[in-house]
Amino acid sequence: MFRFGAALLGVGGAIAAVPILGTLLAPARRQASAWVSLGSAEAFPPGQTRFATFLNPIRQPTDGDAAKTACWVRCISPGKYQVFAVNCAHLGCPVRWFAQSRLFMCPCHGGAYYEDGSRAAGPPPRGLFEYPWKIDGGNLLIEAGHLPGLEQST
Amino acid sequence: MKAPRMFGVAIDWVESRTGAVAFIAPLLTHHVPRNAKWWYVFGSATLMFFTIQIVTGVCLATLYAPSAAEAWESLRYIDQQVPFGWMLRALHGWSSNAMVVMMAIHMLQVFLHASYKFPRELNWVTGVFLLFTVLALAFTGQVMRWDQDAYWGLGIGASIADRVPLIGNQVRGLLLGGPIIGGETLSRFFALHVFVLPGAAIGLVGLHLALIMKNGISEMPKPGATVEPATYRAEYEQRMEKDGVPFYPDAAQRDMVFCGACLVLLVVLAAVYGPFGPGGQPDPTLIDTNPRPDYPFLWIFGAVSLLPPASETAVMLVAPLVGVLVLVAVPFLANAGERAPSRRPGMVLVAALAVMAVAALTWEGKTSPWSPVMDGWSALPTPSHFLTGRTPLEVQGANVFQFAQCRNCHSLNGLGGERGPALDAIATRMTADQLMRQIQQGDGNMPAFGRNLDSAQMTALVSFLTTLRPEFEAPAVIPGAQLPLPVRQMPGEVATPVAAGTQ
Repeated sequence: MFRFGAALLGVGGAIAAVPILGTLLAPARRQASAWVSLGSAEAFPPGQTRFATFLNPIRQPTDGDAAKTACWVRCISPGKYQVFAVNCAHLGCPVRWFAQSRLFMCPCHGGAYYEDGSRAAGPPPRGLFEYPWKIDGGNLLIEAGHLPGLEQST
Repeated sequence: MKAPRMFGVAIDWVESRTGAVAFIAPLLTHHVPRNAKWWYVFGSATLMFFTIQIVTGVCLATLYAPSAAEAWESLRYIDQQVPFGWMLRALHGWSSNAMVVMMAIHMLQVFLHASYKFPRELNWVTGVFLLFTVLALAFTGQVMRWDQDAYWGLGIGASIADRVPLIGNQVRGLLLGGPIIGGETLSRFFALHVFVLPGAAIGLVGLHLALIMKNGISEMPKPGATVEPATYRAEYEQRMEKDGVPFYPDAAQRDMVFCGACLVLLVVLAAVYGPFGPGGQPDPTLIDTNPRPDYPFLWIFGAVSLLPPASETAVMLVAPLVGVLVLVAVPFLANAGERAPSRRPGMVLVAALAVMAVAALTWEGKTSPWSPVMDGWSALPTPSHFLTGRTPLEVQGANVFQFAQCRNCHSLNGLGGERGPALDAIATRMTADQLMRQIQQGDGNMPAFGRNLDSAQMTALVSFLTTLRPEFEAPAVIPGAQLPLPVRQMPGEVATPVAAGTQ
């Protein structure tokens, strides 16, 4: 009798655990990034680094403003770009571009990066994170979807 | 029937069916040490603040919209339109900080008096778990504010989670509830903040109190009165029987007075200073922000900033675990013997160092001298005494100094970033050649400006920097070299130094 009860609880519990664990563990699964447009490539003139925003391609209806994402677009020469995540490689704070000294600076712990995204000074363990990019129909597209991090590509 | 008699019958009726009186009466009548006086009020005050958190928290939950799209607006609604909504948020915010502070004081008192020794080891352990539960409540509470600080604070959390070897990605996904900081992140932290953590805290408080009833309140430590586990319990009970006083009213009245004073102070603080935040709206494209954690975490923010980069990942991931283990281990490392602080000078030193470290790191975190002043280059004036009497080239250099954002990390006259050294007297420490090299090549903490400034800018900048020295102090020279003559006299300067070190 006791064993029968234990078996029933075990079977019922195992079935109930599927949605419970599924809900709790689902976010650990990596979702595929997607291409998203930053608008006309001509908006990013050669030799300059400009601020751009896009809506994260992986988003939920309840994200609100948090689905908006910012990035820095550097046009090296016509048709050649670098697109940097704003998130500092140290602890993810938003870096700002200073066109005069051609540096990115982080307000949190003073990480600094050169215009090509490489680490210039401070605590960051690497350069800025970059989004893969392509030109399609005159638009600059980047592959995005994830908050960038040391172990996590964009 | 007379009223008191009716009351007695009612009590008997409930008692025969619940045993409530048998349960509650010992809570009031149990004997506590006579000499405890005002030392033992801090735990009660922590509990009072926790109760306030539950009551104000439930009220806030009836008004707050736990949705990333609406949370920030709903807080503004509570602050600006709900009658006394701002006061509700202020009470919740201030009581949260007060609870952390009061808990820290309580813990410090228990540590200094070694009240954690036999048989109260598990009182301490449940207290340690309560500490971390309350800190987790404070952190998740900061996320509830869903402003810029909350958003970028989560970014910092995600960046730390990312550093976990092998499964960093998965840990981060579980923390954020998805690939970005978004709607599911807030829902996740909301569930933690209002269900999981308060539930855990209530359970732990119950356990903590049950253990206090089981083991009794510890006596004031007396030098020489050592704890001997074999005989302690019997002797303690004997002493309480003989010399103890009932908790109610003897000790309870002091708790009441102290808690009352705390409550009045809380209400005044909340009414005068109002609620915390919300800060800027949680739009990650508004990057003109300077994220800082709430007070209980400023010391961690400071510690993380001061770590050498190479040790950072290891320390960030291992230190919290070590911290938990060390705190849990405290009563097991020494559960018998002397309790008096005067006989445990080493432990007093440990406590003093811990308090000073947290206080100093909190101060560092608050002032964060390592952060560049992001608008230093455009917002700060150049002190006029660094401009008078300068040649056009040097004045041009002063302009380069501003426009190349040097001021973001270097201060003049106390204004500007503190990340790099103040440059008021740089010319006494570095020659023109050394300055040129430093600016062009940088070093670990300074970017190299060689590719970013042209030679005209560089020349101007160096010539400006070589004028930055106080009166009467000789400019730097290469050791052994003759000072180039003549050294130009700055306004107000009377003597012209002939060689380094001579006036």
